[in-house]
Amino acid sequence: MQIYLPIAELPISIFLVLGLSGAVGFISGLFGVGGGFLLTPLLIFLDIPPAVAVATVAAQVAGSSMTGVLTYWRRNALDFKLGGILVTGGIVGTIMGVLFFNSMRRLGQLELVITLAYVTLFTCIGGLMLFDAVRAALRDRSGKPARRLREAGSHPPWMGLPLRMRFPRSQLYASVIPIAALAVIIGFIGAVLGVGGGFMLVPALIYFFRIPPAVVVGTSLFQILVTMTGATVLHAVTNQSVDIILAMLLLVGGVIGAQFGGRAARNLNVSSFRLLLALLILSVGLRFAVELFLPPNEPYSVVVQEGVQR
Amino acid sequence: MRRAALTLTAACLSALASVPAKAEALIAALSTHRIAIASNFTGDQLAVFGLVERDGRSVARADPYDIVVTVRGPQRMLIVREKERVGPIWINRNQRRFPDRSIYLSVATNRPIKEFLSEEAARRDKIGLANAQRPPTGFDFEFDIARFRDALIRTLEGRQLYTLDERGVTFLSPALFSSQIKIPAIAPTGPYEVEVLLYAGGSILARQTTNFEVVKTGAEQRMTSAAHDRPLLYGLATVAVALLLGWLATVIFRRD
Repeated sequence: MQIYLPIAELPISIFLVLGLSGAVGFISGLFGVGGGFLLTPLLIFLDIPPAVAVATVAAQVAGSSMTGVLTYWRRNALDFKLGGILVTGGIVGTIMGVLFFNSMRRLGQLELVITLAYVTLFTCIGGLMLFDAVRAALRDRSGKPARRLREAGSHPPWMGLPLRMRFPRSQLYASVIPIAALAVIIGFIGAVLGVGGGFMLVPALIYFFRIPPAVVVGTSLFQILVTMTGATVLHAVTNQSVDIILAMLLLVGGVIGAQFGGRAARNLNVSSFRLLLALLILSVGLRFAVELFLPPNEPYSVVVQEGVQR
Repeated sequence: MRRAALTLTAACLSALASVPAKAEALIAALSTHRIAIASNFTGDQLAVFGLVERDGRSVARADPYDIVVTVRGPQRMLIVREKERVGPIWINRNQRRFPDRSIYLSVATNRPIKEFLSEEAARRDKIGLANAQRPPTGFDFEFDIARFRDALIRTLEGRQLYTLDERGVTFLSPALFSSQIKIPAIAPTGPYEVEVLLYAGGSILARQTTNFEVVKTGAEQRMTSAAHDRPLLYGLATVAVALLLGWLATVIFRRD
């Protein structure tokens, strides 16, 4: 069954979109990530214009992180104070990201920027996570005790910068500056790539600020909810590329898939969980690298000049 | 002798932006003038019917009639980009702009173009995918523009937006013909111009143009105009719907 997407201006199979977003939702529920980084490339692969894919996935990510935020809020695993700082930085980053997105689109290098960003970001993060997961697994096997997450009385230097604040729920006493900077960077990347950035924010908060993982996921979902809500509205205002029908289809599939993913996550042990997530992120990066490094079948591409499109 | 004179007259006439030649007249009609895009749109087609009306006094021609139906869709600025190798990676380097190019183009004839038209004549009369949008005067000064134009045609042919069907016109009787115009699902909205040309002996005898439009209707139309006219409201509404669906999911799947 086909449905015509009014903004993307093409028909698409409802079951295909529901199936895809359901599968991505399953993965996002399994790993606690937004899934935008998988969904955007898949939509582009289905001939949906990249601008529409990025903007629409932002709406989808906003909706699906709403589900997560409500769940974590109910469990009291959400630090609103830390979240507020992340959101403020995230909004600044998102505005910069949307402006950058539009100027790259005008220059005709948007595709390159997106591809390059995917390659570097995903191979680096995926590689690091894989390295870490393998090391942890090896340590597990050899029977050595896991490294202590936080030594009493010690903290990395960036936490001691000025403007220190207490975050009781996150058990954190740290400078606001690096936290806000992190939020700006992730908001920027999220708006350009149409991803929530949870897969970057969660490890960053755990590794750089040593915040308990239980609070990190809920707080990062809260930050993603706010920045992606902002990104959706900004994309709608600046380039009219949000497709409401597509967003709704993606949400329905994603939300249902995420429920099953969340249930499956309970039967997965921590080390294989991290290994699988690392492999997933790494493979997305490599998939984009292939596009960048191999000679294309058709070196030419045709685009319609934007502007007076109605 | 008489035929030579006729051909000459026809050639002159076509050169003078061709008014219909005197012996034949062409009548063409479309099955519809409006293709509506609704939520179940997956492409459509419409029919062109035409009749060659002969002046009773003129004698029958030795050459058979040939019909060319050219459909030109809405025009936009099209940009063709070429990927090139820079160091280890492939990036878009060169680009050529093609202003006022139709995103949709279809050419249908009753037999292969080169059987009834020389290449030169095809270029002059703008027949065929490569010629249909050639600028009326002047030349392409950039020597490499041809490969960009070929790439443009090749790419849009791949997307079914450009089509050439050299058996696309059927004669139902010696004077009555029909042709199907296929509108693919990704066809742009806007005005489409249909040009029907009648050939005999390699020159235009008559020309008839008509048009139709592709429009979004109903909810699709309302959503598009909302996205463009009230972008803020549209964005907020989309977000509201998304958040509502997210909230609904926690209610439906609540486990604790």
